[in-house]
Amino acid sequence: MKILVAVKRVIDYNVQIRVKEDNSGVVTDNVKMSTNPPDDNAIEEAVKIKEAGKATEVVAVSIGEEKAQETVRKALAVGADRGILVKTEGVVEPLSVSKLLQKIVEKEKPDLVFMGKQAIDDDCNQTGQMLSALLNWPQATFASKIEIKDGKLEVTREIDEGLETIEINVPAIVTCDLRLNEPRYASLPNIMKAKKKPIEQLNASDLGVDISPRIEQIKVEEPPKRKAGIKVSSVSELVQKLKNEAKVI
Amino acid sequence: MSVLLIAEHNNKELRPFTLNAATAASQLDNDVHAVIIGHKCEEAAKALSKLEFVKKVIQIEASYYENFVAENFAPVIVKLADNYSHIISSANTFGKNLMPRIAAALDTSQISDITKVIAPDTFLRPIYAGNAFATVKSKDTKKCVTIRPTSFDACESSGGSAPIEKAEASEEFSKTKFVKREEVKSDRPELGTARVVVSGGRGMQSGDNFKLITSLADKLNAAIGASRAAVDAGYISNDHQVGQTGKVVVPDLYIAVGISGAIQHLAGMKESKVIVAINKDGEAPIFSVADYGLEADLFEAVPQFLEELNKLNTIQK
Repeated sequence: MKILVAVKRVIDYNVQIRVKEDNSGVVTDNVKMSTNPPDDNAIEEAVKIKEAGKATEVVAVSIGEEKAQETVRKALAVGADRGILVKTEGVVEPLSVSKLLQKIVEKEKPDLVFMGKQAIDDDCNQTGQMLSALLNWPQATFASKIEIKDGKLEVTREIDEGLETIEINVPAIVTCDLRLNEPRYASLPNIMKAKKKPIEQLNASDLGVDISPRIEQIKVEEPPKRKAGIKVSSVSELVQKLKNEAKVI
Repeated sequence: MSVLLIAEHNNKELRPFTLNAATAASQLDNDVHAVIIGHKCEEAAKALSKLEFVKKVIQIEASYYENFVAENFAPVIVKLADNYSHIISSANTFGKNLMPRIAAALDTSQISDITKVIAPDTFLRPIYAGNAFATVKSKDTKKCVTIRPTSFDACESSGGSAPIEKAEASEEFSKTKFVKREEVKSDRPELGTARVVVSGGRGMQSGDNFKLITSLADKLNAAIGASRAAVDAGYISNDHQVGQTGKVVVPDLYIAVGISGAIQHLAGMKESKVIVAINKDGEAPIFSVADYGLEADLFEAVPQFLEELNKLNTIQK
């Protein structure tokens, strides 16, 4: 079985983002970038399945600017066998990403495609579902547990009401929740080894997909600031304020 | 053109966020039609027909619609889509799972999790877990939009009298099978929708000490939250995590106990209406978003808090 894992390069989750002064977007220059956190879970799960002898190859793919190569390289350092980078410029909407991934899937013919449930930059939560629609494959979103059972996957999904279990035929798309596993850190020897693993580079235009945006971003603004609060000196003052001023208890 | 609202239900009742989505739909166009797909969902369809704003209900039944599998639902909605300018659902796990499947089939770039309708083609939506807000305009002729339920009021659940039309089911998608659903049965409100949330952080020092948080939450009929630091330290399971990589919550009252206020935590709670912070470090960043900050040792303050609350008998359930 072959697993394709899609990874996205995003601003690190520990960075306080800043809105550009001209409101055209968010400052990304000289900002620490990392792999989108749930994409780390997706890679980890694929590598674990391979280590358990149930997969033969894990391929990491990223769609983004040249520097997204670092994100692919990181996936290689934690156990992916080889990488693919589809180079794009500017904003690529999830619909376009899923169309590009569809082309990669047609070429690579994986049995499973894993990715994070959502990217923490645009917070769209669309790509996996869109890819599975385009391929007409089953989808298991927000996965917190995956079991492989003769040609099928039993997946536990995190839903608002609790947990849901579904069984899907392979080939399939799985989008991963943070609860799926604990991603490993890359060891230094593995980081060195990853430098020798191949990364195939393609241009989005080579794949014959129209990726022009359908959504115009008019402006990006800071969220409304909270007005400054007060410090209370005692618990009884706090309770009185909550009861009489804020009226929330 | 009319707007198509996708109803969320459990075959017997509507799920509450359908009412919020109906309000959002009504802001796009007056002619809101609602589609309900399910199995033996007569009662829920009737409830839908009574909603304020809903002008027509389309009910579609098949046994394989019982468990809301997106692969089965999407083709039904795609078939109806010709007649509508917008397709709307809530941005909860139901809508998040389903809508992109519809949007891709319609070759539409979906707009997720809007918090405001500015114009029928222009919306406000949070990005970076609410650390920024983007105003976006869709250039697609048909728009697929999911709405953040807490940003739109629930519509009235009575007063409407929309006709219920039946429509034909689509073929079953046989490659996905529902197995089971385990709903968390708890007397405690759900973290995502609770009116009050009490959260503990690394300052709790141990999992055992989290029982202070539990007692306070019991008293306030609150959901229990936690910072990523508390989850990583193993004090509590990660389904309680509030933050950019956990749940985003917007309660009326958020009480942060022993939480310093890392960026990633603030992203998940700073839209709460009233924020209380209890922390012994007066310089902790959590105080910058707190309406009421108490600089104190939580192991003294929380028991006192409980005592004070016991003196009040007006806790809203």
